[in-house]
Amino acid sequence: MSDTLSIIVVEADRDRALQIVESLREAGDFDISVISEPTTLARQIQAIQPDVVLIDMANPSRDMLEEMALASGPHERAVAMFVDRSADGMSAAAIEAGVSAYVVDGMRPDRLKPILDAAIARFRMFQRMRTELAETKRALEERKVIDRAKGMIMKARGVDEDQAYAILRKAAMDQGKRLHDVANALVTAAGLLS
Amino acid sequence: MKAALKVGFIPLVDAAPLIVAQEMGFAAEEGITLDLRRAPSWSALRDMLSFGHVDAAHMLAPVPVATAMGLGGGSAPMAAISVLSMNGNVIGVSRDLADRLRGVGHRFGFDDAREAGQALIAAAPGRLRIGVPFPFSMHAELVYYWLSSLGLPAPQSVDIRTVPPPLMSDALKAGEIDAFCVGEPWGSRSVEEGLGELLLPTRAIWAFAPEKVLAVRDDWARAEPALRDRLIRAVWRAGRWLGDPASRSLTGELLSRPEFLDIPAETLDRALSGDLVISPSGEMRQVPGFVEFFKGAATFPWRSQAEWIGQQLAGRTGLDRGTAIRAAREVFRSDLHREALRATTADLPGASSKIEGALPVPTAVSSKVGKLILEPDSFFDGRVFEPSEF
Repeated sequence: MSDTLSIIVVEADRDRALQIVESLREAGDFDISVISEPTTLARQIQAIQPDVVLIDMANPSRDMLEEMALASGPHERAVAMFVDRSADGMSAAAIEAGVSAYVVDGMRPDRLKPILDAAIARFRMFQRMRTELAETKRALEERKVIDRAKGMIMKARGVDEDQAYAILRKAAMDQGKRLHDVANALVTAAGLLS
Repeated sequence: MKAALKVGFIPLVDAAPLIVAQEMGFAAEEGITLDLRRAPSWSALRDMLSFGHVDAAHMLAPVPVATAMGLGGGSAPMAAISVLSMNGNVIGVSRDLADRLRGVGHRFGFDDAREAGQALIAAAPGRLRIGVPFPFSMHAELVYYWLSSLGLPAPQSVDIRTVPPPLMSDALKAGEIDAFCVGEPWGSRSVEEGLGELLLPTRAIWAFAPEKVLAVRDDWARAEPALRDRLIRAVWRAGRWLGDPASRSLTGELLSRPEFLDIPAETLDRALSGDLVISPSGEMRQVPGFVEFFKGAATFPWRSQAEWIGQQLAGRTGLDRGTAIRAAREVFRSDLHREALRATTADLPGASSKIEGALPVPTAVSSKVGKLILEPDSFFDGRVFEPSEF
C-alpha cells in the first residue's frame, strides 16, 4: 500500500475545488480527487477508497456520508466523521469554518492535522467571501428600493432628489425605523394602489 | 434583556412548533428569543448541536437514541426534552413503479399498509432501492419494520439509501431510487414536479409514531434548568396553537416564508390539512391526523417510544438488545418535560412508559387533570411493544 494519503474533496463549484486542491498541495503530498456530483457520492467513495473525505458543511449531500459509517461489508471500510474534543479542538475549528472531515478506519489522527489545517484556512476564506457577497447583495437591494422610493416622492411631491431623500430620512427618524424599511413600505404600498 | 437561544431546524413542516414558538410570541411570553438557524443537513445540525453552535435543535427522534448507543460518530450525548411532532411522512414511488403497481392490481387506496406493501414487493423490478433522509430516522425504521413484517428480510434484501429530502426528486429522476420515505413537503414536491406518486402515509404503518424531538445537549440540560423549562413551555404552547384547526392557514403562510421553508403555502397546506394530492393527475386522499402536534399528549416524550427505537436500531446493527433499550430510555426525558409543565394547564399522563401499539381506538388514561385521551397507536400488523418496566 502506498504511503501517500488519498483525499476526496466534495465540492460542486469548480473554482472553489481548485483552490482547495491547491492549498492541500501546499500542505503536503496527497492523492486528491474532486467529486462534484452529489448523487454518485457513495459509489465513488467505494471506488476510490480514500483515507479522508472533506465536504462543505452546507452541502446537503453530507448526510449520504453518514450512511457509510454503518456500511460494514467485508470489502467496505467504515467512514466516520472526524471528532476531536482535545484542547486544540481541530473538529470544532473545522465546523466553525464550515468544513467537515470524514476519516476512514485505521488512519492516525496526527496525519490528519496538516490536511485539516489547510482545509480550515481555505474554508474560512470562503465563509468570509460568502458573508461579504450576502452583505453586498443586501446593500444593493436596499439601494434599489431607496432609489425607487425617492423617485416616487420626487414625482408625487414635485421635489428634487436631495429633498426626496431628506423627506425619507425624516420619516425614518420620526418613526424610529431604518431608512430601507420606510422606503420598502412606501414601494409596497404604492404597488397596492397602482 | 431577554435570553436568546440559538435553535437549529431543517426546512420541514414539522419544524413548525419551533417557528411558531418564536413568530407567534410564545417564546417571548417565557422571556426568551429563539434565534432560528436553518441547517443544510441532519448531520450538520447534529454537529452544530454537539459543538455548541446551537443550544437546541429540531431532531429526528432516532438520532439522540443512536448517539446514546454509540452509533454514528462521536457526538455529544443529547436529551430529547419534548416530542415536536407525531407522524407526518409519506412513502412514494417513481412513476414507472407506480405503473407497475397498477399492473399488479394496486388501487392506491392510501390506507392499507399491508396491501400496499405486498403490492410493492410484487411490483418491484428487482432489489428495491428506497431513499430515506438519514440512516437514523423514523423513515428508515418504519420502512424496515413494514417490509420485514411482510416477509421481505430487511436490511438484507432491500437497499435503503440516504438521500437528503430536497434531493429526493432528483434521485427519482436520475433513476437512483425506486421509492422513498420522506417528511412533508418533499413528497408532495415530487408529485408537483411530476416525478413521483404517493403510496402510503407512514401513519398507516404505525398510527402514532414519534417523528421529531426537541433535542438539547445533555450537559446543557443540566447546566441551564431555567432556560430549558422556558423552552419546553414555549414549544408546548406552540404545539397547542398548532393543534387548533383555526391556526392552519396562518401556519402555512408562516412556514412558506423564504427564511423558513421557502415552499408555496398551498403545498404546505396538504400536510397540515391531511388532504394530500397523491399523483400528478391530481388524485386526492384524506388522511386524518396526518401530522399531529398536540392531540393525545403528542409532545410527551414516552420512555417506551425511545425503547422501541432502541430495539429496532439494535436489531439491524447487531448490538445487544438489552443494553440498547436501557441506553435509549434514558434519552427521552419524560421527567424534564413533566417538570417544566407542572405549573401549566398541560394534562400529562401519569405514567412515563406505555405498551406501544396497544390502542386500537382513542382511549382515556390516567392523567394530571384526568381528561387525557390518547390517540390510537396500532402497528399495521397488530404487534405490540412491551417496554422494559412492565
